[in-house]
Amino acid sequence: MNENKPIVDNPVSPDRRRFVGVAAAAAGVSLAPGVMLMEVAHGRPESQAASSAVRWGMLVDATKCESGCDDCVTACSTENGWTPVDQSVHKKQAPQWIRKLELQNPLTQMETNLPMMCQHCADAPCVDVCPTGASFKRADGIVLVNRHTCIGCRYCMMACPYKARSLVHESLNDTQKPDVPRGIGCVESCTLCVQKIDRGDGTTACVEACTASGHNALLFGDMNDPESEISKRLRELPTKQVRADLNLNLGVRYHGI
Amino acid sequence: MKRLLAVGVVVLATAALAWAGVESTSAPKVGVASKPVITKALKGEQCVEDTDYMRRNHMELLDHHRDETVIQGVRSKKYSLKECINCHASEKSGSVAKDKDDFCVSCHSYAAVKIDCFECHSTKPQGSMAMHPLNAETAHYAHKLAAHSKDKISAEAMAGISQ
Repeated sequence: MNENKPIVDNPVSPDRRRFVGVAAAAAGVSLAPGVMLMEVAHGRPESQAASSAVRWGMLVDATKCESGCDDCVTACSTENGWTPVDQSVHKKQAPQWIRKLELQNPLTQMETNLPMMCQHCADAPCVDVCPTGASFKRADGIVLVNRHTCIGCRYCMMACPYKARSLVHESLNDTQKPDVPRGIGCVESCTLCVQKIDRGDGTTACVEACTASGHNALLFGDMNDPESEISKRLRELPTKQVRADLNLNLGVRYHGI
Repeated sequence: MKRLLAVGVVVLATAALAWAGVESTSAPKVGVASKPVITKALKGEQCVEDTDYMRRNHMELLDHHRDETVIQGVRSKKYSLKECINCHASEKSGSVAKDKDDFCVSCHSYAAVKIDCFECHSTKPQGSMAMHPLNAETAHYAHKLAAHSKDKISAEAMAGISQ
């Protein structure tokens, strides 16, 4: 009788998703007040799945990013085992999990330095276009590639507005790090050092390197926790999302661009 | 006549046996692969499940665990491939799939089942085998490592370096 139901244009709108997410997070907190928040902030047990109560993010302070310094890039390649561009045989195919950009305003000649990598969008285009579901967003906001299902079609590379992804073209011949599997025929990008996060380090290789060099241009943390350092800084500083017009809700925010 | 027939049967049978014997020794073995070499794990006393169960079902355990790890971020050690490699990497090559007698490859080439794990995953434990830290679990294998090292460095010293 009621077969002609009205067709809903967009059954799961981003707003509804957001509401469901907030409701779930609130339930989690009320079930175990205090305790759960502590666990979330200081690493979780290894048998526990990543939680959507956390959203990992990064704040890049471009005013502190030094010209000519690429410590973050070197640290990323060392941690994750990818060959830096200058050492690659095929430079145009070289992996670029993070790259250093030096920009100049053509009108004023003002120079800006910043690292560019996967922005870990909340509504990621790479996830939308992936035909196998290999490109996905983990509960804690990290956008990853499941190499077990990636077929190397590179749709995600074309969909990404940030040029953040690359394909492994040639066999890596067992040069991978035990913690960071990566291989031929699969797309890859910044993982926010997911192996370090799951270990409970609470930081990434690039942030560690930037802090060690004394520039302190990078800050990593949980954007859902109002008491975290990154949330406090985001409240104080004027920040921007790159290509904010795309409305992707980025996990990487920039100050001073 | 009966006796003649019996003699005939005996002669024939002997000849057949002799012929069979000759063939079994002189002809090359066709279609018989050498049995896989299964080396006991360097670390630990017992695998996470019984050996029989592991031989039949290790792929199911790994398959299930990999999805939990990649998609949900569950990093429990029990069925993780990394822990398999930590225990089963061979003493010689320090790997589970580099040489033909290494743990994974040995059986898989015998069964003619291709494994894709090591297209992406490292076949070696963290740090080289000689530098692999010896803890209380592995200390009883210290003599094995010491015997294989060319220099006169004790296994304890090696463990010291790696820490």
